[in-house]
Amino acid sequence: MLKSKTFMKKTRSGGILKIVREHYLRDDITCGCKGCDECQQERAILELEPILESSLCTTAHYLLPDTNVLLHQIDILEDPILKNVILLQTVLQEVRSRSAPVYKRIKDLLHNPDKCFYAFTNEHHRETYLEQEQGENANDRNDRAIRTATKWYNKHLKKSPKMADVQVILITNDRRNKEKAVEEGIVAYTCEEYIKSLTANPELVDRLACVNDEKNEVESGRLIFAEHLPLSKLQQGIKSGAYLQGTFRASRDNYLEATVWVHGDSAENKEIIVQGLRNLNRAMHEDIVAVQLLDKENWVTMSSVVLQDEGDSDDIESVEEKEKMLKTAVNSVKKPSGQVVGIIKRNWRPYCGMLSKSQIKESTRHLFTPAERRIPRIRIETRQASTLEGQRIIVAVDGWPRNSRYPNGHFVKSLGTAGDKETETEVLLLEHDVPHQPFSQAVLSFLPKMPWTITPEDMKNRIDLRHLYVCSVDPPGCTDIDDALHCRELENGTLEVGVHIADVSHFIRPGNALDQESSNRGTTVYLCDKRIDMVPELLSSNLCSLRSNVDRLAFSCIWEVDENANILNTKFTKSVINSKASLTYAEAQMRIDSPNMNDEITQSLRLLNKLAKILKKRRIDNGALTLSSPEVRFHMDSETHDPIDLQTKELKETNSMVEEFMLLANISVAQKIYDEFSEYALLRKHPSPPPANYDILVKAAKSKNLDIKTDSAKALADSLDKAESPGFPYMNTLLRILATRCMMQAVYFCSGMDNDFHHYGLASPIYTHFTSPIRRYADIIVHRLLAVAVGADSTYPDLTDKHKIADICKNINFRHKMAQYSQRASVAFHTQLFFKNRGIVNEEGFILFVRKNAIVVLIPKFGLEGTVFFEEKDKKKTNLVFNDEVPFLKVENTTFHMFDKVKVKISLDASNIQHQKIRMALVEPEIPGVTSHEDIATNTNGEPVPKKSKS
Amino acid sequence: MAGLELLSDQGYRVDGRKAGELRKIRARMGVFAQADGSAYIEQGNTKALAVVYGPHEIRGSRSKMLHDRSVVNCQYSMATFSTGERKRRPHGDRKSSEMTLHLKQTFEAAILTQLYPRSQIDIYVQILQADGGNYCTCVNAATLAVIDAGIPMRDYVCASSAGFIEDTPLADLSYVEEAAGGPQLALALLPKSDQIALLEMNSRLHEDHLERVMDAASKACKDVYAVLDQVVREHLQELTTLLGDRTAA
Repeated sequence: MLKSKTFMKKTRSGGILKIVREHYLRDDITCGCKGCDECQQERAILELEPILESSLCTTAHYLLPDTNVLLHQIDILEDPILKNVILLQTVLQEVRSRSAPVYKRIKDLLHNPDKCFYAFTNEHHRETYLEQEQGENANDRNDRAIRTATKWYNKHLKKSPKMADVQVILITNDRRNKEKAVEEGIVAYTCEEYIKSLTANPELVDRLACVNDEKNEVESGRLIFAEHLPLSKLQQGIKSGAYLQGTFRASRDNYLEATVWVHGDSAENKEIIVQGLRNLNRAMHEDIVAVQLLDKENWVTMSSVVLQDEGDSDDIESVEEKEKMLKTAVNSVKKPSGQVVGIIKRNWRPYCGMLSKSQIKESTRHLFTPAERRIPRIRIETRQASTLEGQRIIVAVDGWPRNSRYPNGHFVKSLGTAGDKETETEVLLLEHDVPHQPFSQAVLSFLPKMPWTITPEDMKNRIDLRHLYVCSVDPPGCTDIDDALHCRELENGTLEVGVHIADVSHFIRPGNALDQESSNRGTTVYLCDKRIDMVPELLSSNLCSLRSNVDRLAFSCIWEVDENANILNTKFTKSVINSKASLTYAEAQMRIDSPNMNDEITQSLRLLNKLAKILKKRRIDNGALTLSSPEVRFHMDSETHDPIDLQTKELKETNSMVEEFMLLANISVAQKIYDEFSEYALLRKHPSPPPANYDILVKAAKSKNLDIKTDSAKALADSLDKAESPGFPYMNTLLRILATRCMMQAVYFCSGMDNDFHHYGLASPIYTHFTSPIRRYADIIVHRLLAVAVGADSTYPDLTDKHKIADICKNINFRHKMAQYSQRASVAFHTQLFFKNRGIVNEEGFILFVRKNAIVVLIPKFGLEGTVFFEEKDKKKTNLVFNDEVPFLKVENTTFHMFDKVKVKISLDASNIQHQKIRMALVEPEIPGVTSHEDIATNTNGEPVPKKSKS
Repeated sequence: MAGLELLSDQGYRVDGRKAGELRKIRARMGVFAQADGSAYIEQGNTKALAVVYGPHEIRGSRSKMLHDRSVVNCQYSMATFSTGERKRRPHGDRKSSEMTLHLKQTFEAAILTQLYPRSQIDIYVQILQADGGNYCTCVNAATLAVIDAGIPMRDYVCASSAGFIEDTPLADLSYVEEAAGGPQLALALLPKSDQIALLEMNSRLHEDHLERVMDAASKACKDVYAVLDQVVREHLQELTTLLGDRTAA
């Protein structure tokens, strides 16, 4: 056990404190090579015969990169072709302290058995440890340590006959380090040299990050930007108040403008405007920057000009001209303005977008236009420009030198042809950060083995409810059924109601790879034509899905109620059920309504329906809101999967029946887990919105002579109910849609970290999610908590740690939001496809909002919302009068109020292939010079309509 | 800057040890002639000195006297120079009183006190340099000192700390690992009989993990035992050769 270890001391002086740490050197650290005779190792990683054809190094070899190569060229290291790489502990530690994301990616590589990456703990190896010499700085020492380790490896491999001809090659971009290495007899190449020598794989070169020697670059060419101040100076400046720290948010419409949201609580200077290329000083969207305020006389206002970066040269003059344009549009109040003096933290990520090919045919340097308009164009170097043209590609940013108009980046990968359904889906998933890769082997290994049966072991702490007439009611085509219901009369005249939820937590055990993966995914994402599962399909569509006529494990919530739906008794238990029928909403409705059906399931449904009505009434009396949002379903063509028809979702009585019992179960469970675990319960809250949020709703209703009260949820619900307009039945729905927009986001939280639990929309003092564990991770945690509370399962450490629960909440809130955004984006994309196929349509709609220069129109038939602009760049100005109080917009002689009925022409604007959008133009009421007179027939599919830009 | 990585993926701790490995232990017995028993021990950078007086008659008030066994009197202290910053450490501060009490409990359990009724045994321990695991080092030092004093014990008392970081139990924590704030357990064990003389834990640890951490700690205690036993045997060897030399002369 206690091997001979040489004992050394490492002294590190930081500040005034002297820290003494032990540093043990070992002689049992293995080299990780499969063919090594000397090291006794169980799990060698590096392959015996590493094969990688390189013109520079013809023999078999391993690679040993230094820190900077790892930091900058991680994209290329991730390529499956590069294998057999030795990572030194020295290098890993440096990477860890310098870039957490890169470190995470390297860790993933180390865990990937196909890549054959080996981490060598050189700092604790007796023969490769080095002490810092007098007068040597830490960097030089580390470089020396890397060289020593390389030498050691080469010497070590010579000892084993099988490995004698394998070389270890040092990859370093540092010229001095390389020279020294060559002096010491080590084979060393720069990353570029090596990658270019891989004759068999020329495409790798494109993925090289272009980090040039900064010194060379500064000498050549003019400097455009001021230097960024070093971090230490920025911190000083921020402390003294000379600079302000904030998040940089580029403007969506104007590439020369941005705002910086200053961190901290001070009321003044919350938002600082940054205008002009030089003031923006290479900051990019989402970066954390330091800004310096300009003198008051240089303050500006946000210009309302739309500017898109179109030039593709380093032509600065044209930019300066445009900057002047911004200045001329000055009239109103000036706001605090500033300039970026330094970047505190870059928040670069790989960006999706398209290549704008250079005009020069032979050029290998091209500009890349990201899909996100807030991101500047990126210059990349590639030889495959002609193949990449018209494709969606991913590009990573490497840096932004002072003399360059655009940041430099490199090509990462191609997603496919733009406009393709698969490609576009991929893009929207990537842009919304939705994890959608297939489940890894590690994750799948935790799935139960098929054929799966219920064992006596499973039956422990579980009751058998297979005799009950349980059925499920879901939308058509649903394969992940997470809930089922039953209701029966008991002998004493009361009713027994059961809600049975799939017992996902039985299959997903805490802490394993499967759990981690689903925890990270957080939610299943439903796109129009695709479902991105949170758990593997075997669980989501089979073992957990409560399908009919098979035994399934469930978590049941069983109430005893009287006929007035008063709860007499609540019981939670794990169970086994056998659903007798899986119905759609329509089928269930039909059973309830048809008088000649009287089987157990139908009877059970009728009882449930009766109770649900009572429950709903009671809930609404308590002030729960019934809101509305237009939701659409696409009818897909079964072969091309193109949308052929749109339909707004229809709600049946049975929808609300199921919903009512789910709410009841969620509330009961929330109360139970909070009683049991007041510190770690995962709950869901919906904060009440600030009163100002309702202004628009109240004003709009007033303009139609309706009165909406917003003092409480109850008052709002009541006044919404009363708000009917004769001869305008859709009015109420419109008001509800508008009310939905006034609401706050509901969020998950940990009960130990918060004290406001109220759910505003449901008017419930406590609420959680319990009923959809197949598609939401929150429900899995709630299941685990409840299982512990009823003694059916045991706790595990992370479950009783409120910080861990809070972390989970943070993640699932984020994933939930992103899932919503991607769903919306998917609907938008399919709507575009639909209209692409339909050509141009005239449709009736209602005005949802009135803006300064436009109206927002909702078309109930398609659930589609769009903006009709009245100001266009190339046309003469129309006379617009906007009143914020009523609100109305007067265009020439026509006045638009909210909720007015209009007729619009819908078409697809494909002029910008990256940002295709639905365009609406006014048809009725007719306004001369404004309404569209183009002949519908002349415009065919997808053809660019005369370009109109937003203002 | 990211914090220290206490346990690397390759399974090495900050100082190069593996999870279950102890720091290097060096010890000497009989360092002072005037006391009845004494010992000096180094566990890595934690260094402690223990001195034992007794058994002797009760000093001070006689009311402390016990009629069926001896009184064990302990005193724990830290040298002013034992940490990175020099600090006056008055006697009787909360931490050292607690430590004193723990030592007393441990040795009352291990020494065959019933052999010395109406008498007193004094154990003084001082930390000369602190680098984590102070209590455990003190126990080990005191064990050697008690043996040096020739006081009969049930068994050696061996102590070791254990922690739980990144789902792995770590034996014999150093100061850096202690300072990370994870759960930490101190175990004093009578290794032959596997009896626990003292068990202390601070910070929270989930029940499921307790067994693994306990196993790691008791394994470490047994490793400590092997070293201490070696030290005692070598010490005796030295003494007997010395004695042998004298008789020969």
